[in-house]
Amino acid sequence: MLKHLLSGADLDAATATLILDTAGEMARLAGREVKKLPALRGRTVVNLFYEDSTRTRISFEAAAKRLSADVINFSAKGSSVSKGESLKDTALTLQAMGADAVVIRHPASGAPHTLANWIDGSVLNAGDGTHEHPTQALLDAYTMRSRLGRVAGLSVAVVGDVLHSRVARSNVLLLATLGAKVTLVGPPTLIPVDIGTALAPGTEVSYDLDAVLPTADVVMMLRVQRERMADSYFPSAREYARRYGLDGPRMRRLPDHAIVMHPGPMNRGMEIAPEVADSSRSTIVEQVTNGVSVRMAVLYLLLGGMDR
Amino acid sequence: MSKSTVGGDQVTPTYLIRGARVVGGGPTDLLVAGGVVTRVGSGLDARGATVVDADGLVALPGLVDLHTHLREPGREDAETVESGSRAAALGGYTAVCAMANTSPVADTAGVVEQVWRLGREAGLVDVQPIGAVTVGLAGERLAELGAMADSAARVRIFSDDGHCVADPRLMRRALEYVKAFDGVIAQHAEEPRLTEGAQMHEGEVSTRLGLTGWPAVAEEAIIARDVLLAEHVGSRLHVCHLSTAGSVEVLRHAKARGVRVTAEVTPHHLLLTDEIVGGRRELVGPALAGPTSGGAGTVGTGYDPVFKVNPPLRTAADAAALREALIEGIIDVVATDHAPHALEDKECEWAYARPGMLGLETALSVLLSVLGERWDLIAERMSRTPARIAGLVEHGRDPAPGVPANLTLVDPAARRTVDPGEMASRSRNTPYAGMTLPGRIVATFLAGEPTVLDGKAVR
Repeated sequence: MLKHLLSGADLDAATATLILDTAGEMARLAGREVKKLPALRGRTVVNLFYEDSTRTRISFEAAAKRLSADVINFSAKGSSVSKGESLKDTALTLQAMGADAVVIRHPASGAPHTLANWIDGSVLNAGDGTHEHPTQALLDAYTMRSRLGRVAGLSVAVVGDVLHSRVARSNVLLLATLGAKVTLVGPPTLIPVDIGTALAPGTEVSYDLDAVLPTADVVMMLRVQRERMADSYFPSAREYARRYGLDGPRMRRLPDHAIVMHPGPMNRGMEIAPEVADSSRSTIVEQVTNGVSVRMAVLYLLLGGMDR
Repeated sequence: MSKSTVGGDQVTPTYLIRGARVVGGGPTDLLVAGGVVTRVGSGLDARGATVVDADGLVALPGLVDLHTHLREPGREDAETVESGSRAAALGGYTAVCAMANTSPVADTAGVVEQVWRLGREAGLVDVQPIGAVTVGLAGERLAELGAMADSAARVRIFSDDGHCVADPRLMRRALEYVKAFDGVIAQHAEEPRLTEGAQMHEGEVSTRLGLTGWPAVAEEAIIARDVLLAEHVGSRLHVCHLSTAGSVEVLRHAKARGVRVTAEVTPHHLLLTDEIVGGRRELVGPALAGPTSGGAGTVGTGYDPVFKVNPPLRTAADAAALREALIEGIIDVVATDHAPHALEDKECEWAYARPGMLGLETALSVLLSVLGERWDLIAERMSRTPARIAGLVEHGRDPAPGVPANLTLVDPAARRTVDPGEMASRSRNTPYAGMTLPGRIVATFLAGEPTVLDGKAVR
């Protein structure tokens, strides 16, 4: 098994499948009255969050607690970090406290990789800058599998601000590993250079959402920040919504079985219309539920829960 | 500095460099006295002279660096004029041009004279200060260029390096103004709006790593504008650290039109590529296969800020184009952009790290690795031409009777594995740690006095 989970590229098909299968076991557990497993009793998991992200932090916290781990939440605000402590010194502190795993969310791409140089425990990337968010990709794959029965062979459209999206990068890597076909859709200004080859060969790019929808099994809408228009990535929120937002008429162009995903938090009326977000195709709430099961599986497998 | 030679050859000390291979010739003896080479020939009389055995060594004119950050005044924890001078001497340099982005900025006669005086006191290389183009490097109004030119430091190169003189009108004025004292503007070519927040070369690797890209066009657009401005006003332009294949083409075009433009390339842009940011060192061209080991392979977890530099490491295709341009002469000189940084400025998240890498102590080895033993080409690109651009008349001259004895002796057969802990620089941010590179500097002479002997600094 892996030591760290830093990138979707760390996962081969067998490992990813093992995680998804294990997550299925964890999900069954969640249906029981007592939701706790003793697997990680006596182990310490630190949530090291340099960015506010209530949903991801709570998801990891719930996952670790259901495995009976001791959880320490370390947020940058109001901590030694706001007093200017370096990542290295924070790492040495956590190391000295005997952290078995550090779940890190950080605004700088690559910070989890840098952290991994300084601590003996496992490092889980919970989102680094505009780079990756591998557990999000795992929970997305889990959601596709549970809704559509498989991942291999699916056509997945990832729509929106791919340039700044860590969700998109991890999904492109993992979905390619699992045999899905990914098409990235957005205005050219928000599609990163050389994306067709940078992550996984065979990744396709389209600037035309309407052309992609009729053959998509999955449409994954990415959050688009309104501030991006200040940097001229697009002229206005209205124009963005018209060209790349998923509204009711567009949703009806999808095949009957197709699902609509969103990693959250959503901008209703911007990239996704309320009608779509609240429709039966939407998996948005399931994704949150599945997130806990997938993160339980990752913590369990990374921390050697299997061997105990 | 050195004693007068007037009145004959009774000047001490005298050195006899025995059996050195000079560029374009065979082994010969060089007699050095009174700061100059007094005799060149075989079987010279060693009486009264300290003999330096140079059997198997190559004698180059002392190397000249047009682009060195010595960090003093302001960041003496990263480098001082003295420690940087020692690093330079150990790298075979006899003259370095000290960049202006110190704290305070070298934008007045007072600061450039301070740096110049510190260089003389250290006495290990000739330190030629570069003056800032604009006050505080702010890009708003001209610094007192004439006062710096007229000062004891006799500044001739002006640069806001680290920042681009982005305002086209200000750049035009600067190019024009320095004509009065045969000055040259050395431009850090980086369109600032195209590189806001940039972290590495924009391309496949930046996309994979999720780091904001520094597009090649941000360099090329400024060089294109500046060669047109230089042509328009008939001034000299020097382009710092050229890094892209497209910049080479712009320069080729400008030179064909007769524009008075020169350009430099750094050793790291010739040898390393952006893949190393992702943790993969790749081989560039056939030259590396031979003398250099530790070439290809995996390097750590990626995002190692020791590889963060501005302009950023580019692609293998760019590095190959830069090498060809250097050989062809489209690129005139190799300059190190030696940029020492304190450990805490590199031991952190990639985005928060300062850009820059050490260069003085490894430059010649990297060039031997890239070009092979093309000694005349190395002398031209690392000594003669940079000396001419900087107006350093005592430097860049091959050993001959009467020529100032600024020399370096290289052992081409030696191999060394780069160890950051052994650097004379106060900083440790070499990108070549663990690589085995060809060549070793055995001795360096500055104005007839050794600054390095047996591979060690004399002080």
